[in-house]
Amino acid sequence: MKPIIVLGSGLAGYSVIRELRKLNTSVPITLITRDSGDYYSKPMLSNAFAQGKDAASLIITPASAMAKQLDITLLAHTEIRTISRLDKKLDTSSGELEYDKLIMALGADPVRITLQGNAADAVLSVNDLTDYTRFRDALAGVKSVAIMGGGLIGCEFANDLATAGFEVTVIDPARYPLANLMSEEAGQQLLKPLTELGVTWRFGCAVKSVDSLATGYALTLTDGSNMQSDLVLSAVGLRPRLQLAREVGLAVNRGIVVDGKLRTSDESIYALGDCAEYEHGVMPYVLPIMQSARTLAKVLNGEDATVNFPAMPVVVKTPSHPIALLPVARDAIGDWQVLSSGAGIKMGFFDNQARMTGFVVTGEFAGERNEMVKKLAASWHD
Amino acid sequence: MKVWQCVVCGFIYDEKAGLPAEGIKPGTAWADIPDNWACPDCGVSKADFDMIEI
Repeated sequence: MKPIIVLGSGLAGYSVIRELRKLNTSVPITLITRDSGDYYSKPMLSNAFAQGKDAASLIITPASAMAKQLDITLLAHTEIRTISRLDKKLDTSSGELEYDKLIMALGADPVRITLQGNAADAVLSVNDLTDYTRFRDALAGVKSVAIMGGGLIGCEFANDLATAGFEVTVIDPARYPLANLMSEEAGQQLLKPLTELGVTWRFGCAVKSVDSLATGYALTLTDGSNMQSDLVLSAVGLRPRLQLAREVGLAVNRGIVVDGKLRTSDESIYALGDCAEYEHGVMPYVLPIMQSARTLAKVLNGEDATVNFPAMPVVVKTPSHPIALLPVARDAIGDWQVLSSGAGIKMGFFDNQARMTGFVVTGEFAGERNEMVKKLAASWHD
Repeated sequence: MKVWQCVVCGFIYDEKAGLPAEGIKPGTAWADIPDNWACPDCGVSKADFDMIEI
């Protein structure tokens, strides 16, 4: 029997295998990864430094134990050369393999902005354990860190590094932090707690060039100002890994296009996680992965299942001012309304029929995300 | 008394310590935590993730 082959050992790849094993203990599964295959929690990368954690201590279960636990064949440090869709074969750096079903759980790459200057390549991004090791090493002996991007990952790193005692500067073209995800009023809530922790905010501009100094780097910003920093970290977003899908002719848009059964334009190939574009769009967060992994496991087990995405709040790990939110589509019609405020704010985004389509809870209200999910559901039934 | 870890974010739940800040008394077994409980670190609900015993 030809195996189900999963490409990628991140949360998406391992979650679908874990879910499938709950339903089916006999189907052969092969996992191919260009990484080590060690299971770790990616959300922890942006708040591990202040806790003194190195890459090894972030590993929850080593690759060999995962392979045993899930009864899979694991091919680590293996690159996919190409997929022959007609005869359902993979050409990899570990040899040729035939598949029955192929699962793309390839993840996403950090977006890199083209920079001028002789040290543009010295800008780091942290997207996996290897990156984290490099980043942690680079922080040794450093006092200041410039973070490009004041979104989710940028703000989490800012909080973490400022807690660890670094002078952090966050540079973002928007007017306030997390501007792609929530209201300006909510963004303002985060400013003061992080400022008190030692974060400097530079809104309305971006980094233009990075040049080496005797120690650290000289940065020129798009507003013409200059600053210096010992280290530059880029956290300006993620881009689904599409190259392989594109090369073999699968339908791609912003992500690898999948239907409600997580199937790509090839009926034997499926995709989920940060590389996928669901019917609702690209959703590079934890909860959509868990949701789609469960559905895909059922589909692979021969059951009739369609993915259903409920309201899935995103938790922003900024302990100085915790935030949970349900993002609103960029082109959504409606308004943000303040529901409560105090040491934090509670806001809902309402469409023109008074239905809630998004929310944000910060500070003292951050624990109310489940109540907000209920409130949102109720607003659709009234 | 057991110690559990969220497979998504690495959050540790120690039954002996409970989570008093979340209204979960010390000594509460994982099985007795309500199904609508969510992981305080990653927000994944109890029904949504597996805790592994460590």
